[in-house]
Amino acid sequence: MKSVLSKKVLDIKPSGIRKFFDLVAEKKDVISLGVGEPDFDTPWHIREEGIYAFEKGRTFYTSNSGLKELRIEICNYLKRKFNLNYDALTETLVTVGGSEAIDLAMRALIDEGDEVIIPEPCYVSYKPCAILANAKVVTINLKVDNNFKLTADELKEAITDKTKILVLPFPNNPTGAILEEKDLQEIAKVCIDNDIYVITDEIYAELTYSGKHHSIAEVSGMKDRTIYINGFSKAFAMTGWRLGYACANSEIIKQMTKIHQFAIMCAPTISQYAAIEALKNGDKDIEVMRTAYNERRRFLMKSFDEMGLPCFEPYGAFYVFPCIKKYGMSSEEFAMKFLEEENVAVVPGSAFGDSGEGFLRISYAYSIENLKVAVEKLRKFVSKL
Amino acid sequence: MRNELLKLIEKNSKIDIADLAKMLGVSEVDIANELSALEKEGIICGYLTLIDWEKTSVEKVTGLIEVRVTPQRGKGFDRIAERIYNYPEVKSVYLISGAYDLLVTLEEDTLKEIASFVSDKLSTIDEVISTATHFILKKYKDHGTIFGNISKDEREAFTL
Repeated sequence: MKSVLSKKVLDIKPSGIRKFFDLVAEKKDVISLGVGEPDFDTPWHIREEGIYAFEKGRTFYTSNSGLKELRIEICNYLKRKFNLNYDALTETLVTVGGSEAIDLAMRALIDEGDEVIIPEPCYVSYKPCAILANAKVVTINLKVDNNFKLTADELKEAITDKTKILVLPFPNNPTGAILEEKDLQEIAKVCIDNDIYVITDEIYAELTYSGKHHSIAEVSGMKDRTIYINGFSKAFAMTGWRLGYACANSEIIKQMTKIHQFAIMCAPTISQYAAIEALKNGDKDIEVMRTAYNERRRFLMKSFDEMGLPCFEPYGAFYVFPCIKKYGMSSEEFAMKFLEEENVAVVPGSAFGDSGEGFLRISYAYSIENLKVAVEKLRKFVSKL
Repeated sequence: MRNELLKLIEKNSKIDIADLAKMLGVSEVDIANELSALEKEGIICGYLTLIDWEKTSVEKVTGLIEVRVTPQRGKGFDRIAERIYNYPEVKSVYLISGAYDLLVTLEEDTLKEIASFVSDKLSTIDEVISTATHFILKKYKDHGTIFGNISKDEREAFTL
């Protein structure tokens, strides 16, 4: 009998901690520290622009690549904020969130058997997207001793003659790790020497707390071998609008646009109009949110320090990644017990790859009042272990 | 640190010194010292509570009064403003650019009391040329806070 479902799809495992998530869904009044999205509402002037677009009846398809005005604003923004130079018409594609851009990039670049290097712990979609594009995934287990940075040596070790792509997910979800200019230069050199392309997911670029964010696309010789991915979800608190973008050389963008055209047609029109407003007048909003995140980050770090919970200091995104190895439990056991006893939900680090085992992802996309209650419960919990 | 501290306590003057210290990455002593310095310098002028009186049994009427005045030689508007703001029932006095000069907010128990303040006290000041009184019917938002808006976290408990 013919199998109904694709073997390739069946082979992709659902998240190993599904069981844990289901349990959380059943429980009442759970304090969750598990979300990967901002607690802020989309700033009103941006929402208002979306409403205006509705009123004006701007509910048609846009061009496949996205509104020209939006692409121009994206390029202005990338130049202004990160010193990146992309052409709005030929090197920029508006997508349904950064996630679509990840999928498109994999499908546009990969032939069967090409190797894709993915440093873990990381966001959960790179690996399945690479597999669906028929790649062989090579994982690098990042180390807490390096503050969960990818080092040039680790990269060199993972390279074979089949290596085609490196996924570079920094600032990182779930660890909060960032790469600095020097780190990027070393990685760039390895990529150039070995003719490797980089998919850089910089969705958290606006959320760094130790100075300006740098992109690998900025490093000399890298622009043409980089697919730069960013979006509106984290920077402007626009997760539900589903809007992101990819920038790369025109040959790559042309092929990504082809897939996008057949699979998606175009990103949501209303969201695109709202996003123009976000880029034109949203710098102040980002500043306010970043300041609040940083206060919460410091609050958590100090609180962990006081309760003796080891945690490397992360300087990006809105996650901290404390180590719970000393309690002799797996991440999932710890998270499960913490949920049962204190009704607080955190994400086991193992959800983000094997090297996340022994850690927890704690999100600080919550108000200080919320965090304070949760931290007190965590303190109580670990003091009994 | 100073401006960030001010912004935090402007939103929530009840926040613990211990929490402020953690959020700003300094010691509690530093925060306490900074707060008392800010008080001494007159930068922190008070710690207030924002109350939606409509939800209580207390009756209150708030009037906004636009006042046009003749400024005095040498003193400008300051002395006239002083004569007005010294009344305890006056909640705020702003010097305004445009069609009138001073905007006065007044809080009283009854409409009548506001009327008599305007006719007996305000209008009789020599320099006052004219007044226009408005009454507040409903407060939607005050001090950056939307009244009656208790927000609920509607996000999924988990997203990776």
